[in-house]
Amino acid sequence: MTDYILLAISCIFVNNILLMQYLGNCPFLGVSKKMETAVGMAMAVVFVMVMAGAITWVTNIFLLKPYGFDKYLRTVAFILVIASLVQFVEMFLKKVIPVLYAGLGIFLPLITTNCAVMGVALILDKEEYSFLQGIVASFSYAVGFGLALILFAGIRERILLARVPKPLQDTAIGLVGAGMMSLAFFAFKGMA
Amino acid sequence: MAKSIAQEFTKGLWAEIPPFRLVLGLCPTLAVTKSVETGIGMGIATTFVLVCSNLIISLLRKAIPKGVRIVCFIIVIATFVTVVELLMQAFAYPLFQKLGIFTPLIVVNCIILGRAEAFASKNNVVPSLADGFGIGVGFTLSLGALSVFREVLGNNTFTIPFEGTSFTEVLGSSFQPFTFMVEAPGAFVCLGLMLCIMNILGKK
Repeated sequence: MTDYILLAISCIFVNNILLMQYLGNCPFLGVSKKMETAVGMAMAVVFVMVMAGAITWVTNIFLLKPYGFDKYLRTVAFILVIASLVQFVEMFLKKVIPVLYAGLGIFLPLITTNCAVMGVALILDKEEYSFLQGIVASFSYAVGFGLALILFAGIRERILLARVPKPLQDTAIGLVGAGMMSLAFFAFKGMA
Repeated sequence: MAKSIAQEFTKGLWAEIPPFRLVLGLCPTLAVTKSVETGIGMGIATTFVLVCSNLIISLLRKAIPKGVRIVCFIIVIATFVTVVELLMQAFAYPLFQKLGIFTPLIVVNCIILGRAEAFASKNNVVPSLADGFGIGVGFTLSLGALSVFREVLGNNTFTIPFEGTSFTEVLGSSFQPFTFMVEAPGAFVCLGLMLCIMNILGKK
């Protein structure tokens, strides 16, 4: 049990996927201008990342590895699984839980090209996690993503009120702010 | 015609240079610019995928149905990423190991899908090739610039790509390496400041 808790803490804080592993930065800067969109995106990512982690794990272990396909079909297989999963989740939510769909809808297609999802699938493969570890890790990475995204959206809402020099406005100051946040998360490295 | 092809090429070098003008593809930009070698290597790999996928997609643009075009683009891109992966394993294994998961992640680099959607699916083969090559070279130049900056300040070294030799103590032996620069926070701050410089230069 403690192993899983340690794994979760390391994935949320120490190896935070956004600020330490540099994955998923496009949506990070794209949707963090407003709190509501950030929360929506964070929830959509948690939802998709856990499912993608589980399904790519199964694909990898039962379909690719036994036949030696993982050497050259991994990239194609993973991206196809993720893209079709996102499509499927979108259609499923639209039919079954329209309220949730209204909240997450516009973020779901964006997730296909969110490198964090694909990145987590590749990390699970690289670290050779068991199925349960894989689920815990992908959930924790997703929570870490959401945490960083929501905190950062708060910072950006404040930046809007500040007087920023013209050339630094918008994305540039956002990146510098993200750097400062990354510095704060950097302190967690001492825990490892 | 010749003039416009040259224009398609040069717009990638300044007017639409990624990742500064098109704020896309930030993840590889931040992750692989720790040293000049990985930065340039990533740039070249991305250029290859970009040119090849632009070529195939512009050839197939009439055959691909509108509704499933994104999936088709992704399959084409993923195929070329696999080609790059295998080529790198064969001819540049140390670089492949240094780039780690970022080689397969070229497939989700938004620049490539963005160019496929915005340009290659609407234009002829030759302009698409020029566009892909221009954007790719622009991306390589940006990665190179960023990585020179980070490696020299953060490590006080300068690695010549693909030669394996590196200069040490570029800024003199008394210079204390600014380790912050090669770590994650430095990547964000450095890219932010470069974006700011680009904004100032772009004004003129």
